[in-house]
Amino acid sequence: MPPLKKCFHIKGRDFIHAGQAAITVQKLLRQMGIAQSLIRRIAICGYEGEMNVVMHGGDGLFCVEIDADRISLEISDDGPGIEDIARAMERGFSTALEEYQEMGFGAGMGLPNMENHSDELHIESAPGKGTTVRMLFHSPETGDSQED
Amino acid sequence: MQAKALVEQFGLTVAAGEGGLERLVKGGYCGDLLSEVMANAPIGCAWLTIQVHQNIVAVAVLREMAAIIIAGGNTPDEGTRTRADQEGIPVLLTELDSFSMAGKLFKAGVVNEPG
Ligand SMILES: Nc1ncnc2c1ncn2[C@@H]1O[C@H](COP(=O)(O)OP(=O)(O)OP(=O)(O)O)[C@@H](O)[C@H]1O
Ligand SMILES: [Mg+2]
Repeated sequence: MPPLKKCFHIKGRDFIHAGQAAITVQKLLRQMGIAQSLIRRIAICGYEGEMNVVMHGGDGLFCVEIDADRISLEISDDGPGIEDIARAMERGFSTALEEYQEMGFGAGMGLPNMENHSDELHIESAPGKGTTVRMLFHSPETGDSQED
Repeated sequence: MQAKALVEQFGLTVAAGEGGLERLVKGGYCGDLLSEVMANAPIGCAWLTIQVHQNIVAVAVLREMAAIIIAGGNTPDEGTRTRADQEGIPVLLTELDSFSMAGKLFKAGVVNEPG
Protein backbone atom coordinates (compact mmCIF):
# COMPACT_ATOMS: atom_id res chain seq x y z
CA MET A 1 0.00 0.00 0.00
CA PRO A 2 1.59 3.32 -1.02
CA PRO A 3 1.46 6.00 1.69
CA LEU A 4 -1.49 8.31 1.49
CA LYS A 5 -1.58 11.82 2.91
CA LYS A 6 -4.58 14.11 3.19
CA CYS A 7 -4.89 17.52 4.82
CA PHE A 8 -7.87 19.59 5.84
CA HIS A 9 -8.07 23.22 6.91
CA ILE A 10 -9.45 24.04 10.34
CA LYS A 11 -10.82 27.46 11.11
CA GLY A 12 -10.33 28.90 14.58
CA ARG A 13 -13.57 29.61 16.54
CA ASP A 14 -15.63 27.91 13.86
CA PHE A 15 -17.75 25.66 16.07
CA ILE A 16 -20.12 25.00 13.18
CA HIS A 17 -17.64 22.90 11.25
CA ALA A 18 -15.59 21.75 14.23
CA GLY A 19 -15.16 18.01 14.14
CA GLN A 20 -15.59 17.73 10.39
CA ALA A 21 -11.95 16.92 9.65
CA ALA A 22 -11.98 14.09 12.19
CA ILE A 23 -15.24 12.76 10.75
CA THR A 24 -13.89 12.87 7.19
CA VAL A 25 -10.81 10.94 8.31
CA GLN A 26 -12.97 8.40 10.14
CA LYS A 27 -14.90 7.76 6.92
CA LEU A 28 -11.74 7.54 4.86
CA LEU A 29 -10.17 5.00 7.22
CA ARG A 30 -13.35 2.92 7.10
CA GLN A 31 -13.32 2.91 3.31
CA MET A 32 -9.72 1.74 3.44
CA GLY A 33 -10.65 -1.18 5.67
CA ILE A 34 -8.55 -0.05 8.61
CA ALA A 35 -9.22 -1.99 11.81
CA GLN A 36 -12.21 -0.72 13.74
CA SER A 37 -10.37 -0.56 17.06
CA LEU A 38 -7.73 1.64 15.47
CA ILE A 39 -10.31 3.88 13.80
CA ARG A 40 -11.94 4.41 17.19
CA ARG A 41 -8.69 5.54 18.79
CA ILE A 42 -7.96 7.85 15.89
CA ALA A 43 -11.49 9.26 16.10
CA ILE A 44 -10.93 10.28 19.73
CA CYS A 45 -7.48 11.76 19.08
CA GLY A 46 -8.55 13.54 15.92
CA TYR A 47 -11.58 15.05 17.59
CA GLU A 48 -9.61 16.36 20.56
CA GLY A 49 -6.84 17.73 18.40
CA GLU A 50 -9.26 19.46 16.07
CA MET A 51 -11.29 20.95 18.93
CA ASN A 52 -8.15 22.33 20.55
CA VAL A 53 -7.28 24.18 17.38
CA VAL A 54 -10.82 25.55 17.09
CA MET A 55 -11.04 26.57 20.74
CA HIS A 56 -7.50 27.55 21.77
CA GLY A 57 -5.47 27.74 18.58
CA GLY A 58 -6.43 29.63 15.52
CA ASP A 59 -6.46 28.60 11.93
CA GLY A 60 -4.84 25.28 11.41
CA LEU A 61 -4.18 22.23 9.34
CA PHE A 62 -5.25 18.65 10.08
CA CYS A 63 -3.23 16.03 8.24
CA VAL A 64 -3.51 12.27 8.25
CA GLU A 65 -0.85 10.04 6.77
CA ILE A 66 -1.52 6.37 6.24
CA ASP A 67 1.37 3.97 5.81
CA ALA A 68 1.39 0.20 5.77
CA ASP A 69 2.64 -0.06 9.34
CA ARG A 70 1.39 3.15 10.92
CA ILE A 71 -0.97 6.06 10.73
CA SER A 72 -0.07 9.56 11.85
CA LEU A 73 -2.08 12.65 12.63
CA GLU A 74 -0.40 16.02 12.49
CA ILE A 75 -2.52 18.89 13.71
CA SER A 76 -0.96 22.33 13.66
CA ASP A 77 -2.16 25.87 14.18
CA ASP A 78 -0.81 29.39 14.13
CA GLY A 79 -2.47 30.34 17.43
CA PRO A 80 -1.02 31.63 20.69
CA GLY A 81 0.88 28.45 21.53
CA ILE A 82 1.13 26.66 24.86
CA GLU A 83 3.12 28.25 27.67
CA ASP A 84 3.69 25.15 29.80
CA ILE A 85 3.20 21.90 27.93
CA ALA A 86 3.60 19.67 31.01
CA ARG A 87 0.89 21.64 32.77
CA ALA A 88 -1.39 21.51 29.72
CA MET A 89 -1.05 17.71 29.75
CA GLU A 90 -2.45 17.46 33.28
CA ARG A 91 -5.93 16.05 33.44
CA GLY A 92 -8.28 18.85 34.44
CA PHE A 93 -6.05 21.74 33.39
CA SER A 94 -7.87 24.09 31.07
CA THR A 95 -7.81 27.72 30.03
CA ALA A 96 -11.14 27.46 28.21
CA LEU A 97 -13.26 30.60 28.45
CA GLU A 98 -16.49 30.42 30.38
CA GLU A 99 -18.62 30.57 27.24
CA TYR A 100 -16.92 27.41 26.01
CA GLN A 101 -17.22 25.73 29.37
CA GLU A 102 -20.96 26.25 29.16
CA MET A 103 -20.89 24.35 25.88
CA GLY A 104 -19.27 21.39 27.60
CA PHE A 105 -15.69 22.09 26.60
CA GLY A 106 -12.84 22.74 28.99
CA ALA A 107 -12.81 19.57 31.08
CA GLY A 108 -9.06 19.52 30.56
CA MET A 109 -9.33 16.02 29.16
CA GLY A 110 -8.48 16.51 25.52
CA LEU A 111 -4.70 16.16 25.73
CA PRO A 112 -4.92 13.28 28.27
CA ASN A 113 -7.34 11.53 25.89
CA MET A 114 -4.86 11.97 23.05
CA GLU A 115 -2.06 10.59 25.19
CA ASN A 116 -4.12 7.58 26.26
CA HIS A 117 -5.32 6.65 22.81
CA SER A 118 -2.23 7.22 20.66
CA ASP A 119 0.98 5.21 20.69
CA GLU A 120 3.09 8.35 20.59
CA LEU A 121 2.22 11.97 21.23
CA HIS A 122 4.60 14.80 20.42
CA ILE A 123 3.78 18.44 21.04
CA GLU A 124 5.80 21.35 19.74
CA SER A 125 4.67 24.71 20.95
CA ALA A 126 5.85 28.00 22.33
CA PRO A 127 4.07 31.26 23.14
CA GLY A 128 3.50 33.20 19.95
CA LYS A 129 4.77 30.35 17.81
CA GLY A 130 1.67 28.23 17.35
CA THR A 131 1.27 24.56 18.16
CA THR A 132 1.94 21.30 16.35
CA VAL A 133 0.60 18.06 17.77
CA ARG A 134 1.76 14.85 16.17
CA MET A 135 0.26 11.50 17.06
CA LEU A 136 1.40 8.10 15.86
CA PHE A 137 -0.62 4.92 15.75
CA HIS A 138 1.16 1.68 15.06
CA SER A 139 -1.12 -0.56 13.11
CA PRO A 140 -0.56 -4.24 13.73
CA GLU A 141 -4.32 -4.46 13.96
CA THR A 142 -5.07 -4.98 10.28
CA GLY A 143 -7.54 -7.64 9.32
CA ASP A 144 -10.01 -7.21 12.18
CA SER A 145 -12.11 -4.65 10.37
CA GLN A 146 -15.13 -6.94 10.59
CA GLU A 147 -15.10 -7.18 14.38
CA ASP A 148 -17.61 -5.21 16.42
CA MET B 1 -33.38 -2.42 20.68
CA GLN B 2 -33.58 0.09 17.84
CA ALA B 3 -33.61 3.84 18.43
CA LYS B 4 -37.15 3.98 17.10
CA ALA B 5 -38.30 1.57 19.81
CA LEU B 6 -37.11 4.10 22.38
CA VAL B 7 -39.14 6.77 20.64
CA GLU B 8 -42.29 4.64 20.75
CA GLN B 9 -41.82 3.27 24.23
CA PHE B 10 -40.99 6.56 25.93
CA GLY B 11 -42.85 9.02 23.75
CA LEU B 12 -39.69 10.87 22.74
CA THR B 13 -39.87 13.64 20.17
CA VAL B 14 -37.76 13.06 17.06
CA ALA B 15 -36.13 16.44 16.41
CA ALA B 16 -33.77 15.28 13.66
CA GLY B 17 -31.87 12.39 12.14
CA GLU B 18 -34.92 10.29 11.31
CA GLY B 19 -32.84 8.35 8.80
CA GLY B 20 -30.92 6.78 11.67
CA LEU B 21 -33.86 5.46 13.70
CA GLU B 22 -33.00 1.87 12.91
CA ARG B 23 -29.63 2.15 14.64
CA LEU B 24 -29.17 -0.39 17.40
CA VAL B 25 -28.92 0.97 20.94
CA LYS B 26 -26.23 -1.06 22.68
CA GLY B 27 -25.96 0.91 25.90
CA GLY B 28 -26.42 4.29 27.44
CA TYR B 29 -24.37 7.20 28.70
CA CYS B 30 -25.03 10.45 30.57
CA GLY B 31 -22.64 13.36 30.20
CA ASP B 32 -22.37 17.02 29.33
CA LEU B 33 -18.58 17.43 29.14
CA LEU B 34 -17.71 16.53 25.58
CA SER B 35 -14.16 15.26 26.09
CA GLU B 36 -15.33 13.13 28.98
CA VAL B 37 -18.11 11.67 26.83
CA MET B 38 -15.72 11.11 23.94
CA ALA B 39 -13.44 9.09 26.21
CA ASN B 40 -16.01 7.08 28.13
CA ALA B 41 -19.28 6.68 26.25
CA PRO B 42 -19.77 3.14 24.98
CA ILE B 43 -19.89 2.54 21.22
CA GLY B 44 -23.49 2.31 20.00
CA CYS B 45 -24.94 4.05 23.04
CA ALA B 46 -27.88 6.37 23.45
CA TRP B 47 -26.32 9.53 24.87
CA LEU B 48 -28.25 11.61 27.34
CA THR B 49 -27.14 15.22 27.52
CA ILE B 50 -28.34 18.75 28.03
CA GLN B 51 -25.96 20.15 25.41
CA VAL B 52 -27.79 21.38 22.31
CA HIS B 53 -25.14 22.83 19.96
CA GLN B 54 -23.99 21.11 16.82
CA ASN B 55 -20.72 19.75 18.12
CA ILE B 56 -22.74 17.04 19.90
CA VAL B 57 -23.41 15.53 16.48
CA ALA B 58 -19.68 15.31 15.77
CA VAL B 59 -19.19 13.52 19.09
CA ALA B 60 -22.01 11.11 18.31
CA VAL B 61 -20.65 10.33 14.84
CA LEU B 62 -17.08 9.85 16.01
CA ARG B 63 -18.13 7.68 18.94
CA GLU B 64 -20.47 5.70 16.66
CA MET B 65 -23.49 6.38 18.83
CA ALA B 66 -27.01 5.14 18.16
CA ALA B 67 -28.81 8.31 19.23
CA ILE B 68 -28.60 11.55 21.17
CA ILE B 69 -31.31 12.13 23.75
CA ILE B 70 -31.52 15.77 24.80
CA ALA B 71 -32.91 15.80 28.31
CA GLY B 72 -34.58 18.33 30.54
CA GLY B 73 -36.86 19.83 27.91
CA ASN B 74 -33.93 21.44 26.08
CA THR B 75 -34.17 21.86 22.33
CA PRO B 76 -31.41 21.48 19.74
CA ASP B 77 -30.03 24.40 17.76
CA GLU B 78 -31.06 24.53 14.14
CA GLY B 79 -27.52 23.68 13.04
CA THR B 80 -27.61 20.62 15.27
CA ARG B 81 -30.69 19.38 13.47
CA THR B 82 -29.24 20.00 10.03
CA ARG B 83 -26.03 18.20 10.86
CA ALA B 84 -27.86 15.31 12.52
CA ASP B 85 -30.02 14.91 9.42
CA GLN B 86 -26.91 14.81 7.24
CA GLU B 87 -25.21 12.22 9.42
CA GLY B 88 -28.32 10.17 10.22
CA ILE B 89 -27.94 10.54 13.97
CA PRO B 90 -31.35 10.57 15.69
CA VAL B 91 -31.79 13.54 18.02
CA LEU B 92 -34.54 12.68 20.47
CA LEU B 93 -36.09 14.97 23.05
CA THR B 94 -37.50 14.34 26.48
CA GLU B 95 -38.88 16.59 29.20
CA LEU B 96 -37.36 14.26 31.79
CA ASP B 97 -34.00 15.02 33.37
CA SER B 98 -31.07 12.78 32.41
CA PHE B 99 -31.27 10.68 35.58
CA SER B 100 -34.96 9.92 35.20
CA MET B 101 -34.61 9.10 31.50
CA ALA B 102 -31.61 6.89 32.21
CA GLY B 103 -33.65 5.03 34.81
CA LYS B 104 -36.33 4.30 32.26
CA LEU B 105 -33.82 3.05 29.72
CA PHE B 106 -32.18 0.85 32.29
CA LYS B 107 -35.52 -0.63 33.31
CA ALA B 108 -36.27 -1.33 29.65
CA GLY B 109 -33.10 -3.41 29.43
CA VAL B 110 -30.62 -0.91 28.02
CA VAL B 111 -27.46 -1.73 29.94
CA ASN B 112 -23.76 -1.38 29.29
CA GLU B 113 -21.61 -4.39 28.67
CA PRO B 114 -18.86 -4.61 31.26
CA GLY B 115 -15.40 -3.54 30.08
N1 LIG C 1 -3.65 24.17 19.98
C1 LIG C 1 -3.54 24.80 21.15
N2 LIG C 1 -3.18 26.10 21.19
C2 LIG C 1 -3.05 26.76 22.40
N3 LIG C 1 -3.28 26.18 23.59
C3 LIG C 1 -3.66 24.89 23.60
C4 LIG C 1 -3.81 24.13 22.40
N4 LIG C 1 -4.16 22.87 22.73
C5 LIG C 1 -4.24 22.86 24.07
N5 LIG C 1 -3.94 24.05 24.61
C6 LIG C 1 -3.88 24.40 26.05
O1 LIG C 1 -3.84 23.21 26.81
C7 LIG C 1 -4.95 23.17 27.72
C8 LIG C 1 -5.39 21.73 27.92
O2 LIG C 1 -5.91 21.18 26.71
P1 LIG C 1 -6.95 19.97 26.80
O3 LIG C 1 -7.38 19.62 25.44
O4 LIG C 1 -6.36 18.89 27.64
O5 LIG C 1 -8.16 20.59 27.64
P2 LIG C 1 -9.26 21.66 27.15
O6 LIG C 1 -9.22 21.80 25.68
O7 LIG C 1 -9.06 22.91 27.94
O8 LIG C 1 -10.61 20.97 27.60
P3 LIG C 1 -11.33 19.72 26.88
O9 LIG C 1 -10.38 19.20 25.85
O10 LIG C 1 -11.58 18.74 27.97
O11 LIG C 1 -12.57 20.28 26.27
C9 LIG C 1 -5.98 24.06 27.09
O12 LIG C 1 -6.95 24.55 28.01
C10 LIG C 1 -5.10 25.17 26.52
O13 LIG C 1 -4.69 26.06 27.53
MG1 LIG D 1 -9.24 20.14 24.47
